[in-house]
Amino acid sequence: MATRVGIEVSIAIADAVKLANPDVVAAYPITPQTHIVEHLAELVANGELDAEYIPVESEHSAMSACLGSAAAGARTFTATASQGLALMNEVVYVAAPMRLPIIMAVANRALSAPLSIWCDHSDMMSVRDTGWIQIIAENGQQCVDNIICAFRIGEDKRVLLPVMVHLDGFNLTHVIEPIEFPEQSEVDKFLPPYKFPLPLNPDNPVAMGDFAPPVIFTETKWAQEKNIQASKKVVSEVWDKYNKAFGRQYYPVEKHHSDGAKVVLMTMGAVGETASVAIDEMVADGQDVGQIRLRLWRPFPLEELREAVKDAEVLIVLDRAISYGGPCGPVASEVKAAFYDQPKRPKIVSFVGGLGGRDITVAGFRDIVKQGTEIARTGSKNEYEIYGVRE
Amino acid sequence: MTKVKSLTEIRWHGRGGQGAVTSTELMAQAAISEGKYAQAFPSFGPERRGAPVQAFNRIDSQAPVKIRADITEPDIVVVLDPSLLEKVNVTSGLKKGGYVIINTRKTAKEIKSEFGIKYPVATVNANKIARETLGVLIVNTTMIGAVIKATGIVKKESVYAPLEKRFGRLGERNINAMETAYKEVVIEEQ
Repeated sequence: MATRVGIEVSIAIADAVKLANPDVVAAYPITPQTHIVEHLAELVANGELDAEYIPVESEHSAMSACLGSAAAGARTFTATASQGLALMNEVVYVAAPMRLPIIMAVANRALSAPLSIWCDHSDMMSVRDTGWIQIIAENGQQCVDNIICAFRIGEDKRVLLPVMVHLDGFNLTHVIEPIEFPEQSEVDKFLPPYKFPLPLNPDNPVAMGDFAPPVIFTETKWAQEKNIQASKKVVSEVWDKYNKAFGRQYYPVEKHHSDGAKVVLMTMGAVGETASVAIDEMVADGQDVGQIRLRLWRPFPLEELREAVKDAEVLIVLDRAISYGGPCGPVASEVKAAFYDQPKRPKIVSFVGGLGGRDITVAGFRDIVKQGTEIARTGSKNEYEIYGVRE
Repeated sequence: MTKVKSLTEIRWHGRGGQGAVTSTELMAQAAISEGKYAQAFPSFGPERRGAPVQAFNRIDSQAPVKIRADITEPDIVVVLDPSLLEKVNVTSGLKKGGYVIINTRKTAKEIKSEFGIKYPVATVNANKIARETLGVLIVNTTMIGAVIKATGIVKKESVYAPLEKRFGRLGERNINAMETAYKEVVIEEQ
């Protein structure tokens, strides 16, 4: 029997990690991720979680320790945010080609400068091409569910890849809300003990992440790419199994009133919930609008995206990051690429908003949909729109 | 739409260190234990002891709370520290029909004429209750009693367990403080 409690999302994530029974947690605290790792440290110190907690001296060390522990075959978790993720970047790249299924929660926060501790997705975009599977949660329940799923996805023998679970800093990490926790025995059934096929072992030495001259480099990278592309099937499979076990279903692209809608708004992260209220209101007003949410960011769900908006005339994409000097919002850019060679495609309007923790309200989302619809009809002098900026 | 409004939004005003965030957390946990839906969150960012802060509750008796943004148009405003009335426009955005619950030794009439508040006011001398019951001048749990009496948004019994969990052996004293405020709060007619 699942228990429903009012709990801070960060604490809930730590409790979900505990349910997954990791062997090693190596992390460095940084706002707004701090409560996650503090609570994990507490659980280990109190003897409630039988794991090695490695209090490292930096995020670069955190990920380095994770690489070592995962290579030794230990179930490994870490969490970070923003500048921490940036400092970690060099070693974040190493995990995927070495096939090390490290699980990392990223409490999304803006990158400096100017210094901001508040949420946007610039840190998420900075690790786009690291080869990690990346899931974006929208509320506390999705964080808990997807942390548990992430271990099963990453550790699947067909996958063996690291997985990030992104959650909006503050807007999720610091909110107390109702969350249902599965029973430990149920999680144990869903997530069997982890056995890495080729762990580091002095009695049976192996070389990992070796030197690759030009004659073999392309082949290793292509194998890595095929590997992550193929993981999409497993991600969906694990989500289906999770639904069977716990009654909550996830999809790479989630739909809300979007089937057959002429105008569709696409969101990532916690703002998707606020946006859904605006969409509900507009649908109740008789407007032909809907919403899709990107749940799986890597591997990118091309087919699911195309299918989800096959009837749409307008697709408005809200990014919470700027690709400086780029064509439009970073996710919008990929969405445009996904549709360019399609015989039938919606007009794609790119908005950037919610930078550095700025709220977008329900009224704000109604406004974005209205403006986006108008721009699709009349065009705009801008390559993309930046919402609510003062100039 | 004929849907009855089931969402109540509460904005708490306090000063850093007075426990406004804890108040919202306890309220949310009480509501959730009753099977309702609720959110509690601080105004995000670095906090300084003594500086004016806000904390927020959304409580919905019927449906999951979806909105994730600060509360700028609350149904109810709670003021933990009366000195804030001189510094902060606590009724900013307060909805028509909304009201203000204030920790003060003054009467609603005095408060309204002094600060030009155009909304109904509920008053309770939470400082006195906290000093006598808890022995410290921290009114966040005391004020919960006043809020519950004025709004009926959760049962006061639903806060017992969260208070005990949070304060351990001091839980009972905090329950007493809350109960006293529940009895003593003076609620102005709408």
